[in-house]
Amino acid sequence: MALLRYIGVGIRGLSAAVPRTVIKNYEYTTYFPAEEVKLVVDKIGIYERRFADPHICSSDLCFAAAEKLLEDLSIPRDEIDLLVFVSQTPDFRMPATSILLQHRLGLSESTVAFDLNLGCSGFIYGMSVIYAMMERSGLRRALLLDGETRSRIYSPKDRKTAFIFGDAGAAALIERDDLFGESFFSMNSDGSQEELIKMSAGGYRNPTTTETLKERVVDEYGNIRSEEHGYMNGSDVFNFVISRVPRDIKAVINYAGTDIAALDYFVFHQANDFINSYLARKLKLDPDKVPATIAKFGNTSSVSIPLTIVSELQGKLAGKKLLLSGFGVGMTWASAVIKFTDCFISDLVEI
Amino acid sequence: MSEKFIELFKETLEIEDDSVQLNTEFRKLSQWDSLAFLSLIAMIDEEYDVVIEGNDFKKLITVGDVISEIEKR
Repeated sequence: MALLRYIGVGIRGLSAAVPRTVIKNYEYTTYFPAEEVKLVVDKIGIYERRFADPHICSSDLCFAAAEKLLEDLSIPRDEIDLLVFVSQTPDFRMPATSILLQHRLGLSESTVAFDLNLGCSGFIYGMSVIYAMMERSGLRRALLLDGETRSRIYSPKDRKTAFIFGDAGAAALIERDDLFGESFFSMNSDGSQEELIKMSAGGYRNPTTTETLKERVVDEYGNIRSEEHGYMNGSDVFNFVISRVPRDIKAVINYAGTDIAALDYFVFHQANDFINSYLARKLKLDPDKVPATIAKFGNTSSVSIPLTIVSELQGKLAGKKLLLSGFGVGMTWASAVIKFTDCFISDLVEI
Repeated sequence: MSEKFIELFKETLEIEDDSVQLNTEFRKLSQWDSLAFLSLIAMIDEEYDVVIEGNDFKKLITVGDVISEIEKR
């Protein structure tokens, strides 16, 4: 059981950026009739999403968020010693996007920079990796950049994914300070479930060919995609999540020596409203303690947790204890109990 | 159990007539789709505290099969 405890490391500031372009789901009717769209949209509770313009990458969204945060907090660039970029939509296959961001943000050559290739649990994994490194002496400040352009991964002709995903980027400034107290993490993986959410081709196992790019009807419902589109088996994912995630949340809360009633906010990965509402109900959570952005930003994969904090909890975090929970592609799932002390939240950036 | 399950099943899929019996092949119902499947998984977890994983669920054909699977656990 991967349970981790850190002391004296925490998030000093948090920012997020979303694209300007709003996609209204009720009107996303190019490939499906309006009444069918309404049924799906009402079920998943995703009414609007943001789509990045074609020239904008997840790194650009992160760059905008990081610039805003560093300016708001007047952080000297040469004091950042570690940069981790979490994404499954990087700029290039190589080099790693974190390296490009080191230069673009004007950070020094002595910055430790690397990417983490993870989906919906990625922000929590990224926090844990940074907390572990920051607990050591030597690193002054760290940036966790987390960006996704998931709108580009999925086929608009596959109703299982066409209405769910959106784009966003987030930046967290992580520092060492005794005031942060203890943080607790639980992280998990199950590669036997790789088929639940996947892009089958375009990597080195199944390289790109003219065949892998061909769109075809893939099921009895007439959904259309290529092997280089992502797919998601929503009902199996739901099954997986309800059997693993509540148990993991209870485990990390227990490990933290606290209980559900003592926590101030529960920030879940914003998967869809059906899953999120169900989790909150199953855990018997007070809805006021469960902030959500699923209706207006959709599922932005790993970015959804920091995006929800920036969008919904600005000015409400002082001294609060939060439960974070992310789950998805892999499958991986992770939970954390963290205390927010004096965390600055920038205004949401639109680019 | 059977009667209560059929009632909950009908409620979940928004079926108002008496078309659902133990031997009903639920995937052939006009109300069945992937969203109905989601609702059914949620209902079974909520009412019976049972999660039937995807591969096990694929083997279940009739409403009676689902009931037997729940009773097994």
